[in-house]
Amino acid sequence: MERLVFLLSTGLARGAVLALFALSLVIVYRAARAVNFAQAAMAVVPVYVALAVTSAGGSFWLGLAVALAVGALLGAVVERGLLRLVPQETPLPGIIVAVGLVMVLQAGLAMVFGPDHRPVHAPFSQRPFDVGGVSVLSPYDLFVLVVAAVVMGGLALLFSRTSLGLRLRAAAFAPETSRLLGVRVPRMVTLGWMLSSATAALAALLLVPTGLGLDPHAADVLFVNAFAAAVVGGLDSPVGALVAGLAVGVLVTLVTGYASAAAAPLAVLVLLTAVLLVRPHGLFATREARTA
Amino acid sequence: MSTLTIDRLTVGHGDGAPVLDGLSLEVPDGALVALLGANGAGKTTLLRALVGLLPARAGRVLLDGADLSALSTEDRVRRGLALVPEGRSVVVELTVAENLRLGALRQAGRPRRGPAVDAAVAEMYELFEPLARRRDAAGHTLSGGERQMLALARALVSRPDVLLLDEPSLGLAPLVVARLLGVLRDQAEATGLTVLLAEQNVTSALSVAERGVVLSLGEVVADRPAAELAADPALRHAYLGF
Ligand SMILES: Nc1ncnc2c1ncn2[C@@H]1O[C@H](COP(=O)(O)OP(=O)(O)OP(=O)(O)O)[C@@H](O)[C@H]1O
Ligand SMILES: [Mg+2]
Repeated sequence: MERLVFLLSTGLARGAVLALFALSLVIVYRAARAVNFAQAAMAVVPVYVALAVTSAGGSFWLGLAVALAVGALLGAVVERGLLRLVPQETPLPGIIVAVGLVMVLQAGLAMVFGPDHRPVHAPFSQRPFDVGGVSVLSPYDLFVLVVAAVVMGGLALLFSRTSLGLRLRAAAFAPETSRLLGVRVPRMVTLGWMLSSATAALAALLLVPTGLGLDPHAADVLFVNAFAAAVVGGLDSPVGALVAGLAVGVLVTLVTGYASAAAAPLAVLVLLTAVLLVRPHGLFATREARTA
Repeated sequence: MSTLTIDRLTVGHGDGAPVLDGLSLEVPDGALVALLGANGAGKTTLLRALVGLLPARAGRVLLDGADLSALSTEDRVRRGLALVPEGRSVVVELTVAENLRLGALRQAGRPRRGPAVDAAVAEMYELFEPLARRRDAAGHTLSGGERQMLALARALVSRPDVLLLDEPSLGLAPLVVARLLGVLRDQAEATGLTVLLAEQNVTSALSVAERGVVLSLGEVVADRPAAELAADPALRHAYLGF
């Protein structure tokens, strides 16, 4: 029982990171109708920069701000400088370019920073709280949950309550109609990429202190699990990303805790298959809307 | 509020023969002009070329004498041009209110903010009460008539100088068409809006327009006062098929 409580609470914190990363995939999918297969490699670059900032004497918070800025900038550069130049009629050319970008980024990071793990310290203790003899979340887990909740809440407000959010959504759903209403659609696509890659960078930054540390592949497993969560959630649904992200996080932690870490990817695969068998478009997809 | 001038415009699809070959037409400030013609005459092609969704091979589009030809669709809209395209242009994933807000974010091409946006949207609810009743409904749940109403309201709320409408009557009951065109005429009179109205529904269009222009195979074959056109059976037979 104690073990279950501990695993559940830790799983929620892992799930929050997964949900953030899944949300980043959903944002870019909605903006560009494409899955960004380079998201993991792109998310690690800002974390390296943040680590350089903190080891040069900057605070954790400065590193965090720099990571968000670098993430957003990288998103803009990749979209404007690379993917916009690729034919968009079919998804394949974009996927090939993204895979190439992964190779370039990961090799580039290994060349500049070395291929080894770099230990990353959490800004808060990772020792679990003790509540009446039961170990639950650590202070760092709590921090992760709060940051994820604030960022997701902020993004939800941005998309649903502001005029920029309205234009972002309209440009994604109906580009031609949006242009006819004076919306600069290409700018909205770039903004979507920036929001997405900044969110992914944040997720990767929150992840690394809980793992082995930072290396060019540090976000690869996160990407795989978050992609599964995004697909389970419906790929274009932010709510789906949140719910499925948390669910996958809890699932992975439970399976790792009770069985073995090696069984976790299998469990995710089973979940993905089961959901897609029952609901081929994911749990929260808004597919019925745009078939007319 | 503005004069739209079409100067020897040549437009085609892909690299086929041009649909419009050197077409010239003027829609004066505040006029409501009906653009008539059989299926395939080139009405949609003309309207899409005017807003820059289709590139012109030659010729110019002028708004109050300023050449728009080099501008993108977004920038033409920001100069005060608006198009309600053929068919269902409602963003079906957004609600009625969100569709209207999207249009209300600009006024005559310039950004509009805060309470002014809400006020402009509220004005449209007064004009079209079915939209007010369904303000929180998603676009894909609207009927054809409600969608067309919303598309028109969304264009009007942006207070364009020149409004281009592509077959607003398509698939609608006669009563709804009459109401829609009635609102259009009233708004045009009240605000001095310039309107170019492409229609298959000749009788309805000519009943609200001052002038009718008949297009056939991409050429202007008649350009006369609406009443005169409506009363000319020979012309109707030759180009409009009734
Ligand atoms: N996307 C396209 N590609 C190739 N040809 C096209 C395309 N769209 C229209 N055409 C052709 O251009 C000509 C003019 O078509 P257009 O749609 O402008 O006519 P219209 O007057 O709007 O007709 P309708 O009243 O049926 O809407 C037609 O011969 C049509 O076949
Ligand atoms: Mg047409």
